[in-house]
Amino acid sequence: MTLDIIKNIENSEILLTNCIFEEVEKNETILKIENLNVYAKKEHILKNINLEIPKNKITVLLGPSGCGKTTLLKSLNRLTDLYKELKVSGHIFIENDDILASKQNTSVLRQKMGLLSQRPYPLPYSIYKNVAYGIKLKGIKNKKLIEFNVEKKLREVGLWEEVKDRLHSSPESLSIGQQQRLCLARGLAVKPRIILADEPTSALDPVSSKIIENLFKELKKHYTIILVTHVLRQAQRLADHVVFMNYGEVIEQGSSKEIFSNPQTSQLKEYLIEGN
Amino acid sequence: MYLRRKILSRMSDAWMLITLAMIILLPLIIGVALYFRASGLLQNTGLIHLLGTSEWLPHEKKFGFVPFIFSSLYVTTLAFAFSAPISFFAAIYLTQFSHGRMLKIMQPVIDILAGIPSVVYGVWGILVIVPFVSKVVAPAFHFTTSGYSILAGGMVLAVMCIPYMLNMLVESFLTVPQGLKEASFSLGATAWESVKHAVIRKSFPGIISSFGLGMAKAFGETLAVMMVVGNMVKLSLNPLEAGYPLPALIANNFGEMMSIPMYDSALMFAAFLLFIIIMAINLIFRYFIYKTQMR
Ligand SMILES: Nc1ncnc2c1ncn2[C@@H]1O[C@H](COP(=O)(O)OP(=O)(O)O)[C@@H](O)[C@H]1O
Ligand SMILES: [Mg+2]
Repeated sequence: MTLDIIKNIENSEILLTNCIFEEVEKNETILKIENLNVYAKKEHILKNINLEIPKNKITVLLGPSGCGKTTLLKSLNRLTDLYKELKVSGHIFIENDDILASKQNTSVLRQKMGLLSQRPYPLPYSIYKNVAYGIKLKGIKNKKLIEFNVEKKLREVGLWEEVKDRLHSSPESLSIGQQQRLCLARGLAVKPRIILADEPTSALDPVSSKIIENLFKELKKHYTIILVTHVLRQAQRLADHVVFMNYGEVIEQGSSKEIFSNPQTSQLKEYLIEGN
Repeated sequence: MYLRRKILSRMSDAWMLITLAMIILLPLIIGVALYFRASGLLQNTGLIHLLGTSEWLPHEKKFGFVPFIFSSLYVTTLAFAFSAPISFFAAIYLTQFSHGRMLKIMQPVIDILAGIPSVVYGVWGILVIVPFVSKVVAPAFHFTTSGYSILAGGMVLAVMCIPYMLNMLVESFLTVPQGLKEASFSLGATAWESVKHAVIRKSFPGIISSFGLGMAKAFGETLAVMMVVGNMVKLSLNPLEAGYPLPALIANNFGEMMSIPMYDSALMFAAFLLFIIIMAINLIFRYFIYKTQMR
């Protein structure tokens, strides 16, 4: 009975978000980065970044390692706060709300982003509790509702059928690819607007990577995805928008087609040649 | 050439096996030897009498070990109660909340503290802790004592255990990957929530083994405790009274009073008990670690 009500609520929520989706124009911006600078002691890690991230698109960050891609992602959900040596300045607007304004409630803010890192980091709890952890942090306490949402999120990442019989065992028993999807489900449980994915397939086998890629294509209907990848083919398969960085600067950006078929700068040309 | 390498390889294999066997056999040999040396008393008096009575009158062949076991357990428990929370929260603070520089400064300090010989802690206990107990703690409870007491023993032991446990705890908290903490933070968890659910939980086996090794060390520590605990055969719940832990009994009396029949055997039995109890503490904590890893 209660479950039906919950399902109804959830369904109407989906309907509602769908309505909103229909209203938006094609090229709406969800995230606007203005004059972002990050310093570590004397090192200038990010140099005056200005970017607009399109909503419900996959934006791929390309660039040689050490150019500051991870740091850029960490600035977006203020994980840079954890590193006392990093000094961040500038503005990052998510729907007119400045992420970098110091008075922000970082917990609420971080829940607008779901982070997927290079390796999966499941919490030392069962599979079920990993997803429930995110749901509980969102303030949901009702047990039935948590249960319902755990299943929903696990279905969203296509993991439900694979784990439904061992929800209460440790995530260590899953393959790395499954663990990565579990972490994605956990991230989705806090209902983020944006998924920050930092080379999410670099530790995975080709089959698992493919599953994640297909998931991203599916998920971009509901989320905005910012993806860092080293695999050029993956970037070509997934990207709507591409940002190429080098030495902490944005060198070139544009639609996937522009960047891959008609690179302007020599740096990008070189990178693309070496990558292929 | 090939043959030579093969022989060398065989030989090193054998060596490793022998050394390994020695390491495994050593505690067994010690345990068995102690048991045999104590068997005279065991046959004479019987285990139930030894472990069940509290009269210690060697001249009358009354060897009740209860006061010694009790003192040992009491001192250890006090030491553990003082040192475990302090080292736990200090380790959390050092690894999770303080500036990285702080940890760099503290690590050699901890190492130095852990390396101070126990006799120094004993002297310090006599100079500081004993007067503190007799002049500050006891009057607060309207009690008169010389200060040489179970409490003083527990406090000195706690001070000795803190650097030891802190070292291991810091080590185990540092092994928690940064990515795990970041994952928790990125879900909107607060710093304390992340520490609780990611760091502490992930290092649970490490925490338990630090506590276990700390306790085993406290239980076996002899000199410093002996210097401040009073060394009187008493059975009292009052920690302001003196006590007489097992290691102190052995250290104080070995080589003396050997003319008393069975005394030598009784000391061997005390050593055997000490050995068994420390083994038991270790096994119990191993079991906990095993349990938590299975979760
Ligand atoms: N916490 C930090 N302290 C000092 N330097 C850092 C820190 N984090 C990153 N860096 C430096 O910033 C640069 C960019 O790093 P990163 O963002 O990880 O690059 P990418 O993800 O593109 O490989 C590197 O040179 C790295 O050494
Ligand atoms: Mg990186």
